[in-house]
Amino acid sequence: MALSIEDIKKVAHLARIEVSESDAAATLTKLTGILGLIEQMQAVDTTGIEPMSHSQDLSQRLRDDIVTKTNLRDEFQKNAPALGNGSTEPAVAGGLYLVPKVIE
Amino acid sequence: MEWEVVIGLETHTQLRTNTKIFSGASIKYGAEPNTQACEVSIALPGVLPVLNKEAVQCAIKFGLAINAHIAPRSVFARKNYFYPDLPKGYQISQFELPVVGKGAVTIQVPAVGKNSAYEKVVNITRAHLEEDAGKSVHGAVEGMSGIDLNRAGTPLLEIVTEPDMRSAAEAVAYAKKLHELVQWIGICDGNMQEGSFRCDVNVSVRPKGTEKLGTRREIKNLNSFKFMTQAIEYETRWQIETLEDGGTIQQATVLFNPDTGETRSMRSKEEANDYRYFPDPDLLPLVISEADKDAVRATMPELPEAMKARFEAEYALSSYDSNALTTSRDLANYFVATVDAGADAKQSANWVMGILAAKLNAADTSIIDSPINAQQLAQLLRRIGDNTISNNAAKQVFEALWNAEGSVDDIIAAKGLKQESDSGAIEAIIDEVLAANAAMVDEFKAGKEKAFNALVGQAMKASKGKANPAQVNDILKKKLS
Repeated sequence: MALSIEDIKKVAHLARIEVSESDAAATLTKLTGILGLIEQMQAVDTTGIEPMSHSQDLSQRLRDDIVTKTNLRDEFQKNAPALGNGSTEPAVAGGLYLVPKVIE
Repeated sequence: MEWEVVIGLETHTQLRTNTKIFSGASIKYGAEPNTQACEVSIALPGVLPVLNKEAVQCAIKFGLAINAHIAPRSVFARKNYFYPDLPKGYQISQFELPVVGKGAVTIQVPAVGKNSAYEKVVNITRAHLEEDAGKSVHGAVEGMSGIDLNRAGTPLLEIVTEPDMRSAAEAVAYAKKLHELVQWIGICDGNMQEGSFRCDVNVSVRPKGTEKLGTRREIKNLNSFKFMTQAIEYETRWQIETLEDGGTIQQATVLFNPDTGETRSMRSKEEANDYRYFPDPDLLPLVISEADKDAVRATMPELPEAMKARFEAEYALSSYDSNALTTSRDLANYFVATVDAGADAKQSANWVMGILAAKLNAADTSIIDSPINAQQLAQLLRRIGDNTISNNAAKQVFEALWNAEGSVDDIIAAKGLKQESDSGAIEAIIDEVLAANAAMVDEFKAGKEKAFNALVGQAMKASKGKANPAQVNDILKKKLS
């Protein structure tokens, strides 16, 4: 599968990673190399082998439905990111984390 | 051209657990913002999700209730997108291997206009476990949005149907049936105002008789059956008009505005559907054994379908009555308790769904909080059955019971409602009435049937309403013949 610069830009956008024009070309070369590796692996005949969804052959441990967490809001909110505008105070108000306005 | 609407539903049911799906934080509704947002809920680096056993059991219960395939091995996947109420940058969901596979729900579609009621099977494609996102709060601080992550990580079971429904009535009948079922098996509290049961409805139209599905638009987050009807009807009309005007339908997500009754497209999010799912390496495959299923099966209540069939067979109730009585487990249990306490089944059904339901509805009370319990209602119905009181008197006793004025027999005695069934006494009253109303007797004998009812009325009045009406009828007939 051949990747284009547009593919790189799309993937970067989806991951919210800023990639400059020059970086995009270098990234294209690297990612094409990785896809080449995958192509090589796909050449292996895996007929009859059950696909794995995890590298460890274990199953998920289940937790009892009991409340174990206490309210640590104040501790957590001391570490909330600042708003910018020169302020270094955590961006919280009325118990809420503040973010730039979301318009839906 | 005649058009056909094609509808499929995706329903998010909030599971009735104490804690979140991947952490031990409480999911109690209405807490102060972020006081139930633990380090997993706010996605601090280094935390790991641990699956809630109860959430898995809820999923198994649902699978058993709709006769579905329950996956012996299912996998959690990351659904990647960016939004401030999703601090990890992905939602943990299930994609390729969901916990519940194909199943079916039988719905009763009520009569609409000239179309009579009918039954239909809606196929379930899948149901998968996932976590809810947090909430954005607007207007708290100027120019900012506030984020409350209490809801983040709340366990959801998303239930997806095949595009099997062909009208708003069918879609709503399905949604109501599902709403009843998840409450019946106890996996969801069904509270639609609090968002415990939310539906996304996919709507498309196609020329009647054709196979190919039209392009669909998805109406998001409907949390009332009334809005669902309005939204589907509006959307269907809009799509048909657009196509008839020569336009095309673009796949889109739309929101319903209850104030205008219209649907409108959300701000188009480019590449919005590119979620780049992949198995979550933080979670191992979920394995469910036959023994796990058997253990859950043992805790399941009798399902509404089975109970409905039993009511028809055991109590000779009509399909309509049995269906209405099995819309909620509390209602069905109340009915069974009334019959078990010695009341006639058909009469119990009539009173529970008639007078009691109307009174509860007027008082905005649920049957579980009914001031009249099943034993009291049964006692009242037994007193009608053994001719102690008339149906009319029973209604007065019912009112008094509702107001906690005492036991059935005490109320009958206190209000003097006991029916006169002594034929000698009734005969004496009738003789007096006949003597005092010679004109009516003549009218009756001259062929005026109405005069008979007038005489019955006089006799009832003379007995202060206490005479057994059936006996009054019989004796009067004999005397006049």
